[in-house]
Amino acid sequence: MTTAAHRGLAPSRATLDNGAVVIAKQSQTTPAVTLHAAIAAGVVFDPSDRPGIAHFLSRTIDRGTRTRPADAIAEELDRRGVSLAVTVNRHVVSLVCTCLVEDLDTILAVLADIVRHPIFPAEEVDTRRGEIITLIRQDEDNPATMASEGLLSDLYGAAHGYGRRTRGTIASVEGIDRSTLARFHQERCAPGSLSLVMVGDIEPAAAIDAAAAAFADWEAPLPPPAQLDPVPPQAGRRVRVIPMMNKAQADIAYGFTTIRRSDPTYYAHWLMNNILGQYSLGGRLGDSIRERQGMAYYVYSALDANVIPGPLIIRAGVNPANVDRAIASIDEELSKLAADGPTDQELAESKQFLIGSMPRHLETNVGIASFLQTVEFFGLGLDYDVRVPALLQAVRGEEVHEAARRTVDPGRATVVVAGPYSGQPA
Amino acid sequence: MATLERSAPAAAHVHEEVLANGLRVLIQEMHTTPLASVWCWYRVGSKDESSGQTGVSHWVEHMNFKGTTNIPRDKVKGIIEQFGGYWNGYTWIDQTTYTETATRDALDRMLFIEAERMTNCLYDPADCESERTVIISELQGGENDPDTLLDQELTAAAFKAHPYRHPTIGWLADLQAMTREDLYAYYRRFYVPNNATLVVVGDVETKDALRAVVRHFGHIAPGEIGRRLPTREPEQLGERRVTLRREGTTAYLKIGYHAPGFGDADFFPMLVLDAVLTGAKGINLWASFRTPPPQRSARLYRALVDGRLASSVMGGIVPTAEPFLYMISCTATAGTPLARLEEATLAEIEAVRQHGLSAAERDKAVHQLRARLVFENDSITNIAHQLGYFETIASWRLVSTLRERIEAVTVDQVAAAAAERLAPRNRTVGWFEPLPVSP
Repeated sequence: MTTAAHRGLAPSRATLDNGAVVIAKQSQTTPAVTLHAAIAAGVVFDPSDRPGIAHFLSRTIDRGTRTRPADAIAEELDRRGVSLAVTVNRHVVSLVCTCLVEDLDTILAVLADIVRHPIFPAEEVDTRRGEIITLIRQDEDNPATMASEGLLSDLYGAAHGYGRRTRGTIASVEGIDRSTLARFHQERCAPGSLSLVMVGDIEPAAAIDAAAAAFADWEAPLPPPAQLDPVPPQAGRRVRVIPMMNKAQADIAYGFTTIRRSDPTYYAHWLMNNILGQYSLGGRLGDSIRERQGMAYYVYSALDANVIPGPLIIRAGVNPANVDRAIASIDEELSKLAADGPTDQELAESKQFLIGSMPRHLETNVGIASFLQTVEFFGLGLDYDVRVPALLQAVRGEEVHEAARRTVDPGRATVVVAGPYSGQPA
Repeated sequence: MATLERSAPAAAHVHEEVLANGLRVLIQEMHTTPLASVWCWYRVGSKDESSGQTGVSHWVEHMNFKGTTNIPRDKVKGIIEQFGGYWNGYTWIDQTTYTETATRDALDRMLFIEAERMTNCLYDPADCESERTVIISELQGGENDPDTLLDQELTAAAFKAHPYRHPTIGWLADLQAMTREDLYAYYRRFYVPNNATLVVVGDVETKDALRAVVRHFGHIAPGEIGRRLPTREPEQLGERRVTLRREGTTAYLKIGYHAPGFGDADFFPMLVLDAVLTGAKGINLWASFRTPPPQRSARLYRALVDGRLASSVMGGIVPTAEPFLYMISCTATAGTPLARLEEATLAEIEAVRQHGLSAAERDKAVHQLRARLVFENDSITNIAHQLGYFETIASWRLVSTLRERIEAVTVDQVAAAAAERLAPRNRTVGWFEPLPVSP
């Protein structure tokens, strides 16, 4: 086992002999510990003809192990007030819970058992399949989800790891059974694809020892990394309408593919996105669409630079009569930012905000754990929290301008509108 | 339970001061992070609104982010962000509140913003008009969700006299009709120091913070509030039903029971009962609903979700100044008739009404609730929220008693609350029946 520690947040990190990574940080605000396990078994690992497996796994991994029936797991967690949230994103399945310090050993043992030895009982798989189908049906009635998922599908292609629907389709989910899930678990869940972060009222060395006790004897070969198709080029502007005439409000999802997280221009893009659609009440987009024109309760942009070039997505919910005007306003704001870049004041304000808000994001155990998982996933280094201010400060206005020019050209935008709207926006 | 003993009651070291103008100030030092959180609470919410003015409290909240005499409209943006800070506000049935959390050196700025908000908001007519459409957009966005729509309709049916019946966002016709003068008059009436509680929690020195509070707020004159006359909802005499039939893909069931207010003797037994039925949610409106409850072994989860009738079930009882609702909400699995889901839900309710619960169930629920109290006190923002929230509906001093009041709940009290509160005549049942979506 090797360990390392740095100043700042200064978490301790250990790699167990079997390849599992454990990161621990002590915090004494409450007598509790947050456990955040991430396994590289996300949606990108779904076979393209069977979308929804990773999500299905996230709904069933904690429903029974070789030695613990589903009821026993439920009872062990519930009676300690612990709710285990299992979620899935593009690259990882995450298991997150907070427990009292006094319950840590028990909860860690249950968590390890769930990660290592799930058996996906047929009865449980059938029950959760019904829930997932209901969730998919709800998604199909939700303009916000339809617009967002529609946009990703149009940007990457419906079969691409970044374009497919997380929950899959009803047809694909109906074809997933316990053997499919067990195989996916065997292929993807291994010590080499696990990182466990523990934050709370426990000494880091003790936390790492406890994690080692739970995971060190786990042996399984290292799963292969994700094979992702290249991002399709965006030649021109595309607009698609998903009519949902039974709804009161239309949702707009407007976006682009951007950059990798490892791209040297990441910090310029981060600042560009903050100025465009985050700062204060939604940046420039919020100023225009919400504050000046009163068209939307929410409008913002979100940047997801990832393992491959991830999306920048602008979202707004507007009255159907305002769809055209809202899209035109987004076009206008993007054109201005791409043409003129940010003002010096905007750049200074966004830097100050992003740097100044770090203590807030790192206040709670859950917040620290999530931050450390991101650091681990992208290999940012244990001193990343200390380095962020200088990385942001070093960004020049022209670099942000260049990021805008390169990324947010309305002529190459992909737009999806879902809701009570049957027009055809430009 | 040695470590639970360290779950420092939030109100243990609170300094309280009431200024000459009636402003109640609560300060708690917490030096765990270099941050400070300020919350300014007003005893005004949608229950204070009269017919024709529903939604005014929430609209006023929106207007109070749009510049003041000394914070010009174009200087609002960035005023707290330059300290890395976050600001927000919310309005509900009993309260309107505003919050900033930022680095500790922003304390003076945060107090300045709240003092300005109390006295000097602009209510520019053009901003009032622009915000009208923003709020209508917020309302329509909510109506896109059948669950939200059903909640709103059920609540309106459950109350016939008490103003808790109308939604905080307001009815559309009122939002279309209200004027700038209506908004401004409402603002001036309720935004006075004698109707407010200011909470400061974080890396501050009490003496310095108090001095700054007096500097910013001490000169503000108190006002006449003119409260509405109190109304007690008449006892419900029989089951009520609401059925929405609209295009959609999914069926929803809600059952609302008139519930105790926070000051009623059976509030805590009901909180424990809800934990037994659907898992413990905790007692912090700002934090509780952000993480799912531990509910896999809860009675309704086992019967409905494990029983394949529902894909989710959630219960909720929230501390309120006057008696509100205990609401059970279910999403039917595809193909499950609502009648069958309702029957199974009511069978569980009847079982707990007739036979009560076991000591083990009570103990588990109590332990869950105690753990949630610890988890929800993990930030200065949450701790400050709790002081102000409870002062607005009852008293901040009760925050430090929550744990012992939960622990004091007995099996018999929970059984009695179930038998009384969950009686058929006390319920309103809501169905959302999806009609096929037009092509």
